[in-house]
Amino acid sequence: MARQRGTGIAAVWYPTGMSGGGDPSQAMIKMQPDGSVDVLIGSVDIGEGARSVMRQIAAEELGVPIELVNVTLVDTDSSPLDTGTFASRVTHQTGNAVIQAAQEARQVLFEVAAGQLGVEPQQLTLQDGMVVVRDFPEQAIPIADVADYAVWTERRLIAGRGSFGWAPVKVDPETGEGEPLHNMAYGATVAEVEVDTETGEVKVLKLVSAYDCGKAINPLLVEGQIDGGAAGGLGSALLEELHPYYPTLDHYPTGFFSYMLPTAKDVPALDAVVVEMNSISGPYGAKGIGEMTANSQAPAIINAIYDAIGVWITDLPATPEKILRALEAG
Amino acid sequence: MADYKYVGKRLPRYDGMQHALAKTRYVNDLRYPDMLHMKVWRSPLISAKILNIDTSKAEVLPGVVAVVTHKQVPHNRYGAGDYPVLADEEIRYLGQEVVAVAAVDVDTAMEAVSLIQVDLEERTPLLDPFKAMEPDSIQLSPIGNFIKFDGNPYRQILKGDFESAIQEADFVVEGYYRTAAQEHCPIETQVSICQTDGMGRTHINTVTQAVFFNQGTIAAILKKPRSKVHMIGGVLGGGFGAKNDPHADHIAAVVSLYTGGRPVKWLWTREEEFVASTHRGAMHMFFKDGVMKDGRIIARSVRSIRDGGAYILTNDYVVAKHAFGVAGPYNIPNVKVISYGLLTNKRPTSSMRGFGLFQASFAFEVQMDRIAKTIGVDPWRLRFINAVHDGDTSATRAVLHNCALIEVMQAAAGRAGIRLDEELLHMASHSREEV
Repeated sequence: MARQRGTGIAAVWYPTGMSGGGDPSQAMIKMQPDGSVDVLIGSVDIGEGARSVMRQIAAEELGVPIELVNVTLVDTDSSPLDTGTFASRVTHQTGNAVIQAAQEARQVLFEVAAGQLGVEPQQLTLQDGMVVVRDFPEQAIPIADVADYAVWTERRLIAGRGSFGWAPVKVDPETGEGEPLHNMAYGATVAEVEVDTETGEVKVLKLVSAYDCGKAINPLLVEGQIDGGAAGGLGSALLEELHPYYPTLDHYPTGFFSYMLPTAKDVPALDAVVVEMNSISGPYGAKGIGEMTANSQAPAIINAIYDAIGVWITDLPATPEKILRALEAG
Repeated sequence: MADYKYVGKRLPRYDGMQHALAKTRYVNDLRYPDMLHMKVWRSPLISAKILNIDTSKAEVLPGVVAVVTHKQVPHNRYGAGDYPVLADEEIRYLGQEVVAVAAVDVDTAMEAVSLIQVDLEERTPLLDPFKAMEPDSIQLSPIGNFIKFDGNPYRQILKGDFESAIQEADFVVEGYYRTAAQEHCPIETQVSICQTDGMGRTHINTVTQAVFFNQGTIAAILKKPRSKVHMIGGVLGGGFGAKNDPHADHIAAVVSLYTGGRPVKWLWTREEEFVASTHRGAMHMFFKDGVMKDGRIIARSVRSIRDGGAYILTNDYVVAKHAFGVAGPYNIPNVKVISYGLLTNKRPTSSMRGFGLFQASFAFEVQMDRIAKTIGVDPWRLRFINAVHDGDTSATRAVLHNCALIEVMQAAAGRAGIRLDEELLHMASHSREEV
């Protein structure tokens, strides 16, 4: 009777890396004498899986089994500099740095192996943990043997360096002309809601989100990012308000009893779709979508509320009180 | 298409299992011999002048090892050069840190804090960013209340000729939007363990999201070269932007200069996190769009005002990023954006997931639906008609490539079971020819 359903859509965009540029990421890779690999990065894993992604990239470029790749934590005594884990930048900036570092390390690996095999480095390629002569695949040597030979016999360090980041960008102070935002990624959410017109409560029934991250280096982690973003976006839409008597600080919350985050009870059926529109600058075409996956739900939910009951709630969050007042005002 | 062995594969998280099994050791799990615990005296007032700080009773409490005020901070400014590590002359927000205490345990540190006497002269707080814009407003900083962008009190974006285009539009659609102030709520609150060794190196177990950024900040506060600030990080229980600015590290690092080499740990309570950590500032956005009968948006103006809180931190960055993207993923030839960041007596706002474009996305997407209802065009169609394509230029006149707005809408509609018109299903971002 008093429960009305509605559907809403929102479509968004977001840049990869720091607005205005100037955000380097550096990486170093070194190979141990048994062929295992340490990837040194300076950006932290905030829970999004940065270490997993860097491990996949390093294993791909070095042709070593992924089980042999260690991605270090961050220690300023040993890690190379990185601007940090924010601005949806790590997969793209640190990822590109890891590719460069792996390529440089691979070159050293090839130089050592070329000596062992009596060929030129450019004749070599990597295959299933082996250094292989491209035109004579029967001539092959395990990476571990090359790594061992490099350390004990050749006295070479198989290592590589990488560095990537947007150059600092100036925009025109009056018109903003310039390219402060790079490598835009896109997303869209469809929200289905049910609004109780007697209590003002909104129940989100379903959130379907499609996000373009360019090449998904690990689709499982991308889907996790989209689902996590959906929960955050729902909180922004319906629950979270640090200053309930804005702009005053009256009755400010001091804990989770007075500041409401979405719980499992609030989060509806989630559906995450990965769209891959490869970029020209990303590792394998990747873009960064770390942050933006929480940006599309609030407008989609507000548009769905309008679809359900015909009122615009343009002041977040859409609390039952605001909905009842809007209905009353007609 | 390249054939990858690992890239593009649905591999489980490298470190996932140890998180799931609660085997991960976070900073709060670390224990050092002789480790001290820290608490701070926070301002109970929103705005005040500091008249006197008396720490004499706290200093003589048994178990107290160090009591630190602004006088002991080697360089007491950071951020944009305006933010004191420990308040010296004034209080600009509720909960601002004034005195830090290191003691043998948490209870002793709390007792010492309760013995500190700070004399404050209360001032009228400035909490409303609109009032902060008025010429006769209380001025919160020597450079006024407006955060500066290349010397201007605004970040402006101009493309085409908005004023002429709005005259030619069939419809003018206006809207006001506000996003709320939000707390990041990472599961792990701010925490830091600092120790300064006999060689003058300060070792910091940090939960920061930006280790090297903060290494530079803390080195400047301690007046040491970067190589004497050793930060160990990489394991944190969530951030969402709450851990880009220093919260605990910089003050604990200063205190560690005065503990005779003993490590000092500072763990924030949830209440401290809610009251005194950085947060997402509320934002007010006013839209005025010129739209043609067929749905083309030919002109958009946006005026936005961010309630920035007490110090600049990353506010200038957030407001600028907002301004650059707030016109939305649409091909609008005439754009005028003016965005402001205002200082108020709220705790400093700074980065939070979405950096100014969370707010923008909410506004420009609800505005799209309002346009659709006003002119009687389907909301999906309106977005497809205006969507950016490869080769279009953004509001800052940067050429766009690898656009995918159309494709994500097609994918979302498909999965949600929404039937789009054939015409929309045949559109593509790489070219307008296929429409």
